[in-house]
Amino acid sequence: MNDKTSQLYQQVLLDHNKTPRNYRVLDPSDHEALGHNPLCGDKYKIFVNIDENDTVTDVTFVGEGCAISKASASMMTTVVKGKQVSEIEALFHQFHDMAQGKLDPETEPNDLGRLKIFAGVRNLPARVKCATLSWHTLHAALEGQEKVTTE
Amino acid sequence: MTDTSTYLKQRTNSVDIDLCRDDFPVLRREVHGKPLAYLDNAASSQMPESVIEAYTEYHRRCHSNVHRGVHLLSQEATEAMENARETIRGLINARNNKEIIFTSGTTDAINLVMQTYGRSRIGEGDEIIISTMEHHSNIVPWRMLCDEKKAVLKVVPVSDDGELDLEAYASMFSDRTKLVGIVHVSNTLGTINPVAEVTRIAHDHDVPVLVDGAQAVSHMPVDVQQIDCDFYATSGHKMYGPTGIGILYGKEEMLKTLPPYRGGGDMILSVSFEEVLFNDLPYKFEAGTPNISGAIGMGKAAEYIRSVGYENIHQKEQDLLRYATEQLSAVDGLRIIGRAAEKSSVVSFVMEDIHPHDIGTILDLEGVAVRTGHHCTQPLMERLGVVATTRASMAMYNRKEEIDQLTAALHKAVEIFR
Ligand SMILES: Cc1ncc(COP(=O)(O)O)c(C=O)c1O
Repeated sequence: MNDKTSQLYQQVLLDHNKTPRNYRVLDPSDHEALGHNPLCGDKYKIFVNIDENDTVTDVTFVGEGCAISKASASMMTTVVKGKQVSEIEALFHQFHDMAQGKLDPETEPNDLGRLKIFAGVRNLPARVKCATLSWHTLHAALEGQEKVTTE
Repeated sequence: MTDTSTYLKQRTNSVDIDLCRDDFPVLRREVHGKPLAYLDNAASSQMPESVIEAYTEYHRRCHSNVHRGVHLLSQEATEAMENARETIRGLINARNNKEIIFTSGTTDAINLVMQTYGRSRIGEGDEIIISTMEHHSNIVPWRMLCDEKKAVLKVVPVSDDGELDLEAYASMFSDRTKLVGIVHVSNTLGTINPVAEVTRIAHDHDVPVLVDGAQAVSHMPVDVQQIDCDFYATSGHKMYGPTGIGILYGKEEMLKTLPPYRGGGDMILSVSFEEVLFNDLPYKFEAGTPNISGAIGMGKAAEYIRSVGYENIHQKEQDLLRYATEQLSAVDGLRIIGRAAEKSSVVSFVMEDIHPHDIGTILDLEGVAVRTGHHCTQPLMERLGVVATTRASMAMYNRKEEIDQLTAALHKAVEIFR
């Protein structure tokens, strides 16, 4: 099945959907935010702990949504753990640009690594928000906002 | 008695309905390199060549304003638009053309009723009855009115199968009940509601009834006199016509007593700064330059439906519904939502462990257009305990091959997510 469908729904994505990593409430946590996409009902809560050097020491999530949004949240938690807030912000922008088709991860410099599997959504405007919801939510949590809605 | 029994009274003719597919140019296109299987007709149905032609002909030949010019183009445009009104009147069997008001669609038609009947007749403590399976467009205007007037919204329950609880409904009336709003055919489940019966019960309490017919007119004969409803709303784009056009049918006696909707040109007889004399029906409710090509297209769509014949449409669509229900039921982990005894050609479903949006994307990549989500019926979804469904909705031009394409794509989704 080497076609558009299987290019999008790669094994890694399906695996993170089925067994999401860091899928739990973090209590206590320094920051948390709720991300909601009212259009499709996707809803995730993200929890973050940061140490005095601005390094993310722990990050977890809970919530429900489609495979793309859940796998994206799961992979995001595995990637950002141990990173500095400023690095995470840079990654957020790269991820966002990739999902919107503004950054081609194959030809342009970036630090996206395995997050590149989400590049497929750039051809599916209706799904861009699914991939970026958890990133927006993490961004909001780090900025001290409690809620973010994407539409 | 259910409303569908009236199907049998419709004329039969010998149109070969399978050939009507050729009338719809868009159905020939491909998406993502696959032949298009268009199964999103409840969101918007496609237009046949004759509608597209009538729509563009107005712009090519007689684009001008209506009811205003003495010149030939304006006369032709006015005549075309008024002919459309007459055709639509005939399709739903209204008594006369004054009862057919052009609106921008069902939503606008319902808001018209809210702004005129609602705001003038409904006050503090009064009650409005709607059902759990209403589209947001038949909930939000009433919620807004209730908030403004401190009126009360009462909601008729539905069963797990998605049928209206008529008994509960009949017991919900009080001397404060001022209006019943009911969807004719549910866009999410396909349930056909017994609107004539619903109206009879309301009229026993002297309460007028507004029927949301957005999903009915393309599938089944609608006779507003037989239903006896006071208002009936529908949209052009859900009955093979253009978007941005629809109608509100209202009984003449009712419309005559209502205040106007919007103020502006066309809806007046004379204007001074001190006083305005309002125009006669239906123009009193049609302020400003209307969607002329839309109205003409909608009239043509009504003509098209008549030429195919409801008997043929019904047979074909019910056949597709049976086939789709059977084929989809055989897909691993698939559960159909909405199992009313009387259904239009809509199959809503959920799948174990696969989110509707992932299904929607996989189907899209396989050339199958369906709708996923809450279908603008969030309270209904909540009642049925689902967040979102995938909905395949069939029209007269669909083929069993398209349902096979859908089923094959679903098997593929199951395979991927296994
Ligand atoms: C049952 C029902 N009512 C009302 C509407 C609103 O129609 P429109 O968007 O054409 O105003 C729809 C369309 O989605 C519908 O399915």
